[in-house]
Amino acid sequence: MVTAIKERITLDVTAQEYREFQPEHILTVKNLEIFYGEKRAVNGISMDIGKNNVTALIGPSGCGKSTFLRSINRMNDLIPGARAEGEILYEDLNILSDDINVVALRKEIGMVFQKPNPFPKSIYENITHALKFAGMKKKSVLDEIVEESLQKAALWDEVKDRLHKSALSLSGGQQQRLCIARTIAMKPTVILLDEPSSALDPISNAKVEDLIVDLKKDYSIIIVTHNMQQASRISDKTAFFLSGDLIEYDDTEKIFTNPSVQKTEEYISGRFG
Amino acid sequence: MNSKTADRIATGAFIAIAIIIVSILAGLFFYIFINGLKYISFDFLTTPSSNVRAGGGIRDQLFNSFYILFITMLITVPIGIGGGIYMAEYAKPGKVTDLIRTCIEVLSSLPSIVIGMFGLLVFVNTTGWGYTILGGALALTVFNLPTMVRTTEDAIRAVPRDLKEASLALGITHWHTIKTVILPTAFPSILTGAILASGRVFGEAAALLFTAGLSTPRLDYANWNPFSEQSPLNIFRPAETLAVHIWSVNTQGLIPDVEAVSSGSAAVLVISVLIFNLGARWIGSIIHKRVTATK
Repeated sequence: MVTAIKERITLDVTAQEYREFQPEHILTVKNLEIFYGEKRAVNGISMDIGKNNVTALIGPSGCGKSTFLRSINRMNDLIPGARAEGEILYEDLNILSDDINVVALRKEIGMVFQKPNPFPKSIYENITHALKFAGMKKKSVLDEIVEESLQKAALWDEVKDRLHKSALSLSGGQQQRLCIARTIAMKPTVILLDEPSSALDPISNAKVEDLIVDLKKDYSIIIVTHNMQQASRISDKTAFFLSGDLIEYDDTEKIFTNPSVQKTEEYISGRFG
Repeated sequence: MNSKTADRIATGAFIAIAIIIVSILAGLFFYIFINGLKYISFDFLTTPSSNVRAGGGIRDQLFNSFYILFITMLITVPIGIGGGIYMAEYAKPGKVTDLIRTCIEVLSSLPSIVIGMFGLLVFVNTTGWGYTILGGALALTVFNLPTMVRTTEDAIRAVPRDLKEASLALGITHWHTIKTVILPTAFPSILTGAILASGRVFGEAAALLFTAGLSTPRLDYANWNPFSEQSPLNIFRPAETLAVHIWSVNTQGLIPDVEAVSSGSAAVLVISVLIFNLGARWIGSIIHKRVTATK
């Protein structure tokens, strides 16, 4: 951290240039511990999350991967008794610090949940809901963003004739892509996906996977998944969690072909978990 | 007894209970309508009541019932929904919150005559207003508020947590999430709560005897100045409601046609409640459809 700042000063560059100069990491996690009351769910993990990468978090249920994911945009704040120690650095800011503006943070770090959760409003309003709150009122601008984000989420062609119909009339897979669309409409830098296709049928799942691979051009993506094939298909890096510990974190190819830890191999080959 | 028989008995018992409830309701309606409908006429609805002569109507009482209902809901709904939001979204679980919840429950189960006496002390005597519509409305608020708070709290808690998280995760503040996601989703249940509370206002007599009074001044329906003595809109005038009127003609009426007035009034009251319920539900469903984009 100190050396990074020194480097930035000595190189005499702006923050923007600095980020371009050192683009490989969007998030740096240092000794992160997360507690629910007395119970420790995540035991001091440290890792760097790559920029414009897909990072997959795998591990058996209850291993702390979702807890970790939810701490990145402070969704754990909603759970009474949950607290986090250590650091998650995003643009040199510690996300976990008390003086972080959580509302602003969540605009930068968006999240898509396990179960599709569109608002019981029209498709159009699902996307403009947060934009309007962020101060965008002009209809032409909103129309444009709605189309753009639905295009990016590969949903535009299916819904363009019924934008003002209820989002609940869509199929599960379409609803999930709508949830992704409304997240990217906010133009975040990081998108967190918590088992985004576990509630979907295989065809919808394939669409969502294609979408994720497509999105990494513009966004850094962290995805929690129980599906080993999914992790190996779409991610660049994979982190294996077990009982709150980060067991192994490496290139996805290495994890799935030649893991260095025995436990990882056992898990990915389906011998436990 | 095997489980199949037990299942059949249970089904039978529940059907029997349903039949009992429906037949009590149908019997009541039938009785009230048979006895009352024949007295309802345009004249009955549009002439003021008389204290001594036969042929008095219920014009003012009918208006007063709706007007007190309106004023009561004007106070109850915002405060009740606010309280419900606080209980569901902001109150930290603990002893204080539990105490508040217990107090709300006790308040809602107070006998209405006690609320009436309390209203007499506070809204009639202490304020020096005398018998007024506002005093009546405030007394009714005292026992409607708990119902409103409770139903709002339950309605908000029934909104899936997913929706709240979805909104917060998009960088929307807690308050804006409550306003634009949680309340619209909870709206139908909150509306049901408000309608139930309104039903109590229509039918309430005991709490109004000592607060809104047993009389109505001579009203001029062309006078819309709410500060004028003769105006029906004046909230600082005494106002006898339909339910109170039914009670008073039956217990201390000097008119020769007590039977006609009270039966007719009862039928009008029931019809009013029915129309109000159906109307509120109809408007509510239009609003809900518009908000949720379901056609």
